[in-house]
Amino acid sequence: MTTVTSNSINKEQLNFSISRYSLLNNKGELSEELPESIADMKQALHAYKTMVLGRAFDKKAIALQRTGKLGTYPSILGQEAISTAIGVALDEKDIFAPYYRDLTAQYLRGVSLKEMLLYWGGSEQGSNYQNCKKDFPVCIPIATQLSHAAGAAISLKVQGIHQAALVTCGDGATSKGDFLETLNLAGAWQLPLVMVVNNNQWAISTPRSVQCAAQTIAQKAIGAGIEGVVVDGNDYFAVLFAIKEALVKAYSGKGATLIEAVTYRLGDHTTADDADRYRDPKELKQAWKNEPIKRLQNYLLKHNLWNEDKERKLIELVASEINESVQAYLDEPKQGPESMFEFLYESIPENLYDQYAEAKYQRFQTEIDKM
Amino acid sequence: MSESHVKTLELTLIESINLALNRAMILHPEMVVLGEDVGVNGGVFRATEGLRDKFGLKRVMDTPLAEALIAGITVGMAAQGLRPVAEIQFMGFIFAAMEQLATHAARLRNRTRGRLSCPMVIRAPYGGGIHAPEHHSESTEALFAHIPGLRVVIPSSPVRAYGLLLSAIESNDPVIFLEPKRIYRLTKSNVIDNGKSLPLDSCFILREGKDMTLVSWGAMITETMQAAKILASKDIDCEVIDLATISPFDRETIVHSVKKTGRCCIIHEASRNCGVGAEIAACVSEFAFPYLKAPTSRICGYDTIMPYFQNEQDYLPSVEKIVDTVVASYASKKEAAYANI
Repeated sequence: MTTVTSNSINKEQLNFSISRYSLLNNKGELSEELPESIADMKQALHAYKTMVLGRAFDKKAIALQRTGKLGTYPSILGQEAISTAIGVALDEKDIFAPYYRDLTAQYLRGVSLKEMLLYWGGSEQGSNYQNCKKDFPVCIPIATQLSHAAGAAISLKVQGIHQAALVTCGDGATSKGDFLETLNLAGAWQLPLVMVVNNNQWAISTPRSVQCAAQTIAQKAIGAGIEGVVVDGNDYFAVLFAIKEALVKAYSGKGATLIEAVTYRLGDHTTADDADRYRDPKELKQAWKNEPIKRLQNYLLKHNLWNEDKERKLIELVASEINESVQAYLDEPKQGPESMFEFLYESIPENLYDQYAEAKYQRFQTEIDKM
Repeated sequence: MSESHVKTLELTLIESINLALNRAMILHPEMVVLGEDVGVNGGVFRATEGLRDKFGLKRVMDTPLAEALIAGITVGMAAQGLRPVAEIQFMGFIFAAMEQLATHAARLRNRTRGRLSCPMVIRAPYGGGIHAPEHHSESTEALFAHIPGLRVVIPSSPVRAYGLLLSAIESNDPVIFLEPKRIYRLTKSNVIDNGKSLPLDSCFILREGKDMTLVSWGAMITETMQAAKILASKDIDCEVIDLATISPFDRETIVHSVKKTGRCCIIHEASRNCGVGAEIAACVSEFAFPYLKAPTSRICGYDTIMPYFQNEQDYLPSVEKIVDTVVASYASKKEAAYANI
């Protein structure tokens, strides 16, 4: 065995960086020509419209929560590019396992705004997606969705289906065993899996610096024997390119990728949080300069693909789609108490019959009272 | 399956589990087996022996040593078209998997209103009595029984292990299948490999009797049956019920039996406090109270930490303890009856 000086080795190991991939600056200028796989401008316009819709929906959802018409809601403000790029990149037959800031990806997958409102409005019906029936529901327990996506990737592999599973999580999730265990398995079993970390710098009040001493989150991939990529999460094109590349790799059986998309949480953690308690206002002001929607808009304006008139029409359309969805959500009747029993097992076990009858009676009584 | 292919084999409980896994792999092409050391090694107790050679790497997977991951990928696979049967090597190591089992496996059907479900089985050897190291001997079935959405099943004989494991695999609900390792190789009996499952919503009456209902499950069925035999020689005729499905359990059969015998005693290896016996006793009290001739009693492991193996026999309820408790309960009842004259 060779004796080594641990100090020199350690320094060498720690001092490396994964460069952050970006294409689009804040002014909407490209650093290089768009790669062919993402150069479809119709798609870019669709993505822009989705991001605008996402932000408007977000604002509406917060307003509904403040007026008691929605439960606790986690804002996606500032993180629209990542989620939208995921929704654009994924194939219909891929399997998506979202975390709770994936509004626009889910919207593009076919989850309706009404379904999202039902979910955050306290009804299980919100996860009974009428489209994208195989996608996982929003996952609240941090990082637990990662192994579900790995399981989905195994299922694809066992069945010989050349598709991929894509899973998202926040930077806080990367501290959990589930994240590291999944990363490890993704490498060991060469899974058709794409793991996207939405690094928005905050896990409620805990900043990224407290979460982990590694220079990047992406480098955790190295320890698992898979590729780790860092992208500018506010750069729609860069995120889209990274995800598309990772998906192509997964489809062709070449294994998993960890993508760290660096962004900033411009809102509170949820409507139950007040970020002013722990976040430096100067940092927030700075972060607004890098926000993703304005950046993509600048690009589209520069290339005469967008104008003020179109923007005005889009805002009107978005508002009416949101308002219709809100109305449909508010009009949706509450599920009866018996629904608690109806999806617990494939069929209702006999020893729950008395409780089930009680719940049905409860509904009956409520209806009588209303008469 | 044509009758000519049906074999009858004399098997131990662990061998019948292996047989059921084999049969289920043939019957269900979407079934996969996964866990630590389940492949080449055939499982530390040999439950999965031979499966990898027969069904290949794609269907029999050796996982990394990570229980939370095993449970998580099992949920993911089950939700996406496979029928996974995962092994947790010992029940004492299942706690890392608990989050996935409680927050996802049990809830996925409910939270998606039936859109996704988890047709999965988690198998784990459980219970004491084999001189194993620390953390290898606990019986914590009550923790799982308390989680709505899970099914908890414990076989007590080779025949029931075969039939119940098949039904656990065929169930579209997540099943925690706990294997009493103390009786893995205790006795052999004839198992017919006919692919027939046993119901998950029924108890099994192992012995009919008129004086006292004894409810037990898993390895304790052995001591309970021995006690029933001794009690018969003392003119106390016991009905023995193997609970088998711990949750959701077959209340009706137990209540019906107690209405007949007027007395109930529950025997389990797990600690008494908040154990499954408490739930059964409460049901007996709620639904058979007018028929009761004596208070319902529980014979359980102590409310202590499972001792290391030097003391494990002191912890486990013995045949004598069952006999003594039943005799005392039976006597107190006679006295009570006379006192009312």
